[in-house]
Amino acid sequence: MAILTKNFEKKSSYTMGVYEQGGGYKALKKAISEMKPGQIVEEVMKSNLRGRGGAGFPTGKKWSFIPKDSPKPKYLTVNADEGEPGTFKDRPLMEQDPHAVIEGSIITCYAVDIHTAFIYVRGEYAKSIQRLRDAINEAYASKYLGENILGSSFGLDMVVHRGAGAYICGEETGLLESLEGKKGQPRMKPPFPAIVGAFQGPTVINNVETMAAIPHIITNGGEWFNNLGAPGVGGGVKLYSISGHVKRPGVYELPMGTTLKEIIYEHAGGIRGEKKLKAVIPGGSSAPVLTADEIDVKMDFDSLAAIKTMLGSGAIIVMDEDTCMVKALKVLMKFYAHESCGKCTPCREGTGWMARIISRIHRGEGEISDLDTILSISNTINGKTLCPLGQAAIGPAISFITKFRGEFENYIRRGSN
Amino acid sequence: MVKFSDRTMEKFKSVVSKYPKKDAALLPTLWLAQQEFSAITPEVEEYVAELVGVSPVRVQEVRTFYTMYTPKPLGKYHLQLCTNIGCMLLGAEDILAHLKGRLGINVGETTSDGKFTLSTAECLGHCGTAPVIRINDDFHENLTGESLDKILGSLK
Ligand SMILES: Cc1cc2nc3c(=O)[nH]c(=O)nc-3n(C[C@H](O)[C@H](O)[C@H](O)COP(=O)(O)O)c2cc1C
Ligand code: SF4
Ligand code: FES
Repeated sequence: MAILTKNFEKKSSYTMGVYEQGGGYKALKKAISEMKPGQIVEEVMKSNLRGRGGAGFPTGKKWSFIPKDSPKPKYLTVNADEGEPGTFKDRPLMEQDPHAVIEGSIITCYAVDIHTAFIYVRGEYAKSIQRLRDAINEAYASKYLGENILGSSFGLDMVVHRGAGAYICGEETGLLESLEGKKGQPRMKPPFPAIVGAFQGPTVINNVETMAAIPHIITNGGEWFNNLGAPGVGGGVKLYSISGHVKRPGVYELPMGTTLKEIIYEHAGGIRGEKKLKAVIPGGSSAPVLTADEIDVKMDFDSLAAIKTMLGSGAIIVMDEDTCMVKALKVLMKFYAHESCGKCTPCREGTGWMARIISRIHRGEGEISDLDTILSISNTINGKTLCPLGQAAIGPAISFITKFRGEFENYIRRGSN
Repeated sequence: MVKFSDRTMEKFKSVVSKYPKKDAALLPTLWLAQQEFSAITPEVEEYVAELVGVSPVRVQEVRTFYTMYTPKPLGKYHLQLCTNIGCMLLGAEDILAHLKGRLGINVGETTSDGKFTLSTAECLGHCGTAPVIRINDDFHENLTGESLDKILGSLK
């Protein structure tokens, strides 16, 4: 299926000329000349598009929370911070098809009456930043940005904001702080960004992939997009990133709700070296791990929530039978300890403590009781943090230890695997 | 006294005009400063604070919060090897050992000729072509010891 990825293989796909030849900016023309802003929101609601950044919030509904008559300017911030380990699907969109991200963002601003948009790109993505900036310049030259877009009374400015290395800036309120020139420490919610967001104004925050889906929904209709999802699931197409011990890792565009088993064994070619599968993280490093017996599950928000994990960013990390789960958990815990912003005590102290314990176990100096200590720290963090990063850290901790307890205990007894 | 060149000053003015508040331009201004002065030293922090209209403490707080701003100049080539899960599963540890051996330095250090600085990084968003290293702004994917030797050899 090639909808979001339809331009990826074209030569110079990132230029205005190639994008327009493939039908680019027709959706924007349709939106501005034929549709009222409210109709656009309605179409997006019909599409069942849910946010592709991780939380899966219905996009049309999110837009509808923005107050119509705000005295303060409203903003769009596109979340291109892509830092969730395992995730690498927004980058090809920005590098190969930046105009799709831009067109979706312009339509979003038209629908919600926004006149300034920021694209917050992680600092490491130099090429994405360059491609977006070049494409934005082209869009100004073609009157898709600036004042009186396509001769209408609607105007919009778009700015690329470069991050500087901090996973927490992917969290929407951390991102807003960072955009305002501060440390990226999350804000207390409520108020939600839809009411008080960037520079105190009502703000829409959407992921890059969410934005890239919008032109297709406008061109072909919400119902069409919804029907692209797996039968009984709907919600359109999804970019799944798959990495680890598979033969053909990469980004696959598939119906929302394709089974994890199909993605691993058919699309990604199965496990390298004909090894057996041991474990899979289905939705980026924050998603609780699944065992090899649990992969007959549909990859959509509700199906994964039903088995106590999550779709997150749709990033699948595959581990074969030789993987040391102690080492894998150690790497993840070090990551969360490093990225905790330090604002709330349970997360700051808890993630550091868990990382130290699991490192000690990995060095061969652990005790069986350490496992319960990690679980009890997880309990202490649970529900007591300002932002979801704390929660994200305990997902892998609890699931690795409960699902692979035997392996952890053996490792501790032997001092190695 | 540090001071932006005229060209960078032009860029700074254009950046500031894009934000509704001047201090929102702090991150982009730090980027400009790092490009111009190679590092964000205390002196540079004070200069940036004055430009953006905030206190030097705020600049320092922000500078230290983000991993990509450096307080001291790095080697000509900054090697940033991802050691997060996707790269770990495909051998990033061996690559790291190889790098340390070849360069004779540890993580966080710079070779005595000032050519290479070695860092580890969290997920760099290239897990499908792991293991991956970022050298300055460029990514090198599907690394092996051999391919890495070739890449390093080609850097003058
Ligand atoms: C710790 C943390 C990191 C996050 N990182 C990202 C990210 O890199 N990109 C992203 O789009 N959303 C990320 N999110 C989710 C955002 O907070 C937010 O839900 C999302 O950008 C909303 O856009 P969407 O509705 O289109 O998904 C992160 C959330 C948390 C808690
Ligand atoms: S949960 Fe962690 S990352 Fe989130 S605000 Fe608290 S300390 Fe910061
Ligand atoms: S884990 Fe190394 S690039 Fe993602």
